[in-house]
Amino acid sequence: MSWYLATVLALPWLTAVFAFVYRRGPAGRWLSVLGSALQVGAAVVLFNQVLNNGVVAGQMGQWIAPFGITLVADLLAAVLVLVTAITGLLVTIYALGDITDEDEVNGFSAVLQLLLGGITGAFLTGDVFNLYVWFEVMLISSFYLLTLGRSKEQIDGGVKYVALNLISTTLILTAIGLLYGMTGTLNMADLSQAAANVERPGVLSVVAVLFIVAFGMKAAVFPLYFWLPAAYHTPKFTVAAVFAALLTKVGVYVLIRLFTLVFVHDPNLTHTILLWMAGATMITGVLGALAERDVRRVLSYNVIATIGYLILGLALGTQAALMGAIFYLVHDIFVKANLFMVAGHVQRLGGSTAFDKLGGIYRLAPLVAFLFFIPAFSLAGFPPLSGFWAKYLIVTGALDAGAYVMAFIALAVGLLTIYAVGRIWSAAFWKPNPEGPEAEDEMVKTSLPTALVVPPIVLTGITILLGLFPAYLIDVSSAAADQLLSPTAYVETVLGTTSEAGAEEISE
Amino acid sequence: MEVVLALIVGAMFAAGIYLMLSRNLLRFLFGLTLVSNAANLSIFTVGRLTPGKPPLIPEGSYAPVGEVANALPQALVLTAIVIGFGLFAFSLVLAIRAYSSLGTLSTGDMRIAEPEEEDEPEERA
Repeated sequence: MSWYLATVLALPWLTAVFAFVYRRGPAGRWLSVLGSALQVGAAVVLFNQVLNNGVVAGQMGQWIAPFGITLVADLLAAVLVLVTAITGLLVTIYALGDITDEDEVNGFSAVLQLLLGGITGAFLTGDVFNLYVWFEVMLISSFYLLTLGRSKEQIDGGVKYVALNLISTTLILTAIGLLYGMTGTLNMADLSQAAANVERPGVLSVVAVLFIVAFGMKAAVFPLYFWLPAAYHTPKFTVAAVFAALLTKVGVYVLIRLFTLVFVHDPNLTHTILLWMAGATMITGVLGALAERDVRRVLSYNVIATIGYLILGLALGTQAALMGAIFYLVHDIFVKANLFMVAGHVQRLGGSTAFDKLGGIYRLAPLVAFLFFIPAFSLAGFPPLSGFWAKYLIVTGALDAGAYVMAFIALAVGLLTIYAVGRIWSAAFWKPNPEGPEAEDEMVKTSLPTALVVPPIVLTGITILLGLFPAYLIDVSSAAADQLLSPTAYVETVLGTTSEAGAEEISE
Repeated sequence: MEVVLALIVGAMFAAGIYLMLSRNLLRFLFGLTLVSNAANLSIFTVGRLTPGKPPLIPEGSYAPVGEVANALPQALVLTAIVIGFGLFAFSLVLAIRAYSSLGTLSTGDMRIAEPEEEDEPEERA
């Protein structure tokens, strides 16, 4: 089988082992960076294969689909694996400057790699129960990372995060069980055929809605997002960056996968629910961002608003809208990682992330201000940055589909997002420091380690490049949307592959 | 038999959700365990029950002969039990940690990460 499918899954786990063994010295961190760099290479190979040869599938342990566990990469999955690998590399570099030796000895790098491995697994699996397992891998790693500092705030945020995520996990398990009971299969390609032939489509719709609730909770859509603002402002900045960039997106990915491949029998019900959830998510997300007075909290609510745009693309279900959602997904992963990393700079320079205690960063650290300015206004959708194209594609998609209300909401929320990030800009960077000039002098003496500065520079560069040269990513997104809308190739590749298979044992 | 198990699953869900409505973190966690076990039992049930016919393949052949029980749900449930056990262990430790550092198990009093609104000054910017 395709060794490149197995490699992207095996690398994070191997890296985790080595990072754990050498965690007591500097070697562990650097091994983690090395592993992530190799992962980027492996992901590029996978992406190239899928781009040139179409969908790639492999059967674990040579059990033929639909009986064994299938790994499958279509263009959407391959793009996301690549983006995850790039983000993972930058986050491990950022961690060199942000994570203390004590946390490292407690196994930070190893668990971060497990989290990245879990995310990659969730993108690549072609089996719903296996998907549940990958979600658990992500979940337990994220629990650990969230409560790493063991401060009161983290424990408090952690309790809510853990409790609500455990509920959604149980719902996922129940939904998968019911789906299995109705169709007798767990393989997604096989499910796609079985779902079309179920005896009682009404019951299937109920199961579909259960999936919306379960994965909607993971994706943080309205009204299931409350765990996110309760927790995302508490962990270390490295952790917040990787969470905000990737975790909710995996929930969105699963919704996109399931509601283009399996649950397409009754779009009037399921996709209408998704549509209204999307609108409400955008609105509540941005209103939350306007109400908060702390850099990280504002950004956390912006994570939610973004999810609304992505779900909107899925709910409309047209080629143009899905293409927009995929473009938006990629753009937003880079932008959110960037913003949360710069929030870490703000904390180091200003000693806080609360609006009332900040100010004057623009004058004293223009580079940091620039690294915030670009992704923030990309998030708000200013041309010529990547966020402009993302919003443009989604809104034209909505207009083409005749969803004028949603197009209006998307534009209005975009406008309010400008105000939300403008508030951060003026409070933290523009206005004079409320503590007076002495505090600003204090700031001049604080210098940021190189490891903290390089990743945001790279991410800002990516944002600018995606904005100036969007054509390539638009083409890829368009092709990925085509594959989602006509899943024949996906289904045939999965069920037809009898490959020599399974190469590597993936330890779980 | 399926009907009986379905009723038990329903009762376990109901009891679990009732416990989860409590403000006490420990009660919530016990409720969650009940619900997750109800989910496990429902997977076991939806796999259809075939008593007395173990899924054994006779020597020399590649597939079981005749009708046998469905073995897959048991594999799924076993996986889910192990995962659920791990998560429950973590949550219990977190609950202990929360009690020792926050001094309470009542989720209503856990307001450190999200303090209650005070009269905030007008935005200066």
